[in-house]
Amino acid sequence: MVIYGLTLMGLCAIVGNVLGELLGKMLGISANVGGVGFAMLFLVLLARKLMDKGKLSKLAESGIMFWNAMYIPVVIAMAAQQNVVAALKGGWVAVIGGLAAVFVCFFLIRPLSKLTISDDADDAAKATN
Amino acid sequence: MDFLSDIILKVVKSNGLIAAFVIVGAITWFSYWASKNLTKGRVHGSAIAIVIGLILAYVGGELTHGKKGIADVTLFSGIGLMGGAMLRDFCIIATAFGIDLRELKKAGLAGVLALVISMALNFAIGAVVAYAFGYTDAVSMTTIGAGVATFIVGPVTGAALGASSDVIALSIAAGVVKSIAVMLVTPLLAKPFGLTTPAAATVYGGLMGTTSGTAAGLAATDPKLVPYGALTSTFYTGFGCLVGPSICYFVIKAIVG
Repeated sequence: MVIYGLTLMGLCAIVGNVLGELLGKMLGISANVGGVGFAMLFLVLLARKLMDKGKLSKLAESGIMFWNAMYIPVVIAMAAQQNVVAALKGGWVAVIGGLAAVFVCFFLIRPLSKLTISDDADDAAKATN
Repeated sequence: MDFLSDIILKVVKSNGLIAAFVIVGAITWFSYWASKNLTKGRVHGSAIAIVIGLILAYVGGELTHGKKGIADVTLFSGIGLMGGAMLRDFCIIATAFGIDLRELKKAGLAGVLALVISMALNFAIGAVVAYAFGYTDAVSMTTIGAGVATFIVGPVTGAALGASSDVIALSIAAGVVKSIAVMLVTPLLAKPFGLTTPAAATVYGGLMGTTSGTAAGLAATDPKLVPYGALTSTFYTGFGCLVGPSICYFVIKAIVG
C-alpha cells in the first residue's frame, strides 16, 4: 500500500524531530538540533533493512518516491515565500555580511572535499586494476 | 461577469494547496521551456523557477508588507503550505531514500569539519562587517555574526544576549541575504568550485548551513546531490544556536572587550 511508505517516512520524521528537540533541550538551547538529519539517517537505515528482507513493496516505495520527486516544486514554493523585501532593505551590513560568507565558504569546498580523497583514490585504484 | 470572478476567487481561496500545485506547475513548465529555448539548456530549469519564485516573493512583500512573500497574498496562500517547513522537511527526508551510505561515510569527517570551520568563519565575517559599520559592542557583533550563519541562529543568539531589536532585524536580513545568495550562485559556481560529487555536496552543506539555500541551490545544480548537502546542513542551525550565545560571544567579547 502506498500509505505504508508515507507511514515509514512520517515515523522517521517525527522520531527524528523529537530527538532533535530533545538534543536541543539537553544542550540548553531553544532549537532543533539536526532533527531532519536524524530522520534522514533513520529512513536510509530502515529502508535498507526492509528492502533486504523484501518487506518494502513497490507501492510503498512509490509513496516515498512521490515526495522525493515533489522536492523541487516544494523548493520553488519555498523560494516564493522568502522575505526578499527585508533582505534587500536590510542595508549594506546584511548584504555584505551575507554575500561575503557565501563566497568565502565556496573556496573551502575543494580543500575540505580533499579530506575524503584517500578513499576516492583507493576506489579509483581498484577501478583501474 | 463579476459574479463569475467572485466564484473563481472563492474556489481558489478554499483550495489553496491545490491552487499552489497549479501555480508551481505553471512556473515549472515555463522555466523548463525558457531553459531549453532561451538559454539553450545552459541555465537549469529549476534555477529559473527558483528565481521566478524569489521575484514573486518580492512582489508579494511589496504588495502586502508581510514577511512571507507571495504567500501573504490571499489568493496565493496555498504556496505557504506547499513551501512551508512541514512539507519541505518531509521532502528533504524523502530524498534520503537515494543516499548511498558508503558515500556518506567517506565524507562524514569532512562534513563535520566543514560545519565547525564554517561556523567560526561566519561569526568572524559577520562580526568584522558589523564592526566596520559601527556596531562595535560584542553583543551586536555576535548577533550579526550569528545572522550571517543563518537567519534562525541570528535572532536566537540575539535574544539570548539581549541585543536590540534593530540589530536582531539586521541579523535576520543578513541570513536571508545569505540563503538567497546560496540559491542563486550555487548552480553558477558549482563546477568551478568542485561541487560535483556526493562528498563535495556533504562538505558544501556543512559550509553553507542554510537549509533552504542548500536545498534550492543543489536542486538547481544536480538533484542527485541534494540529500548529501541537506543532511549536513540540517545540523548547522542547531549547532549555531549552541555555540553562538556561548563560545562565539566569549571569543568576540575577549577581543573587543
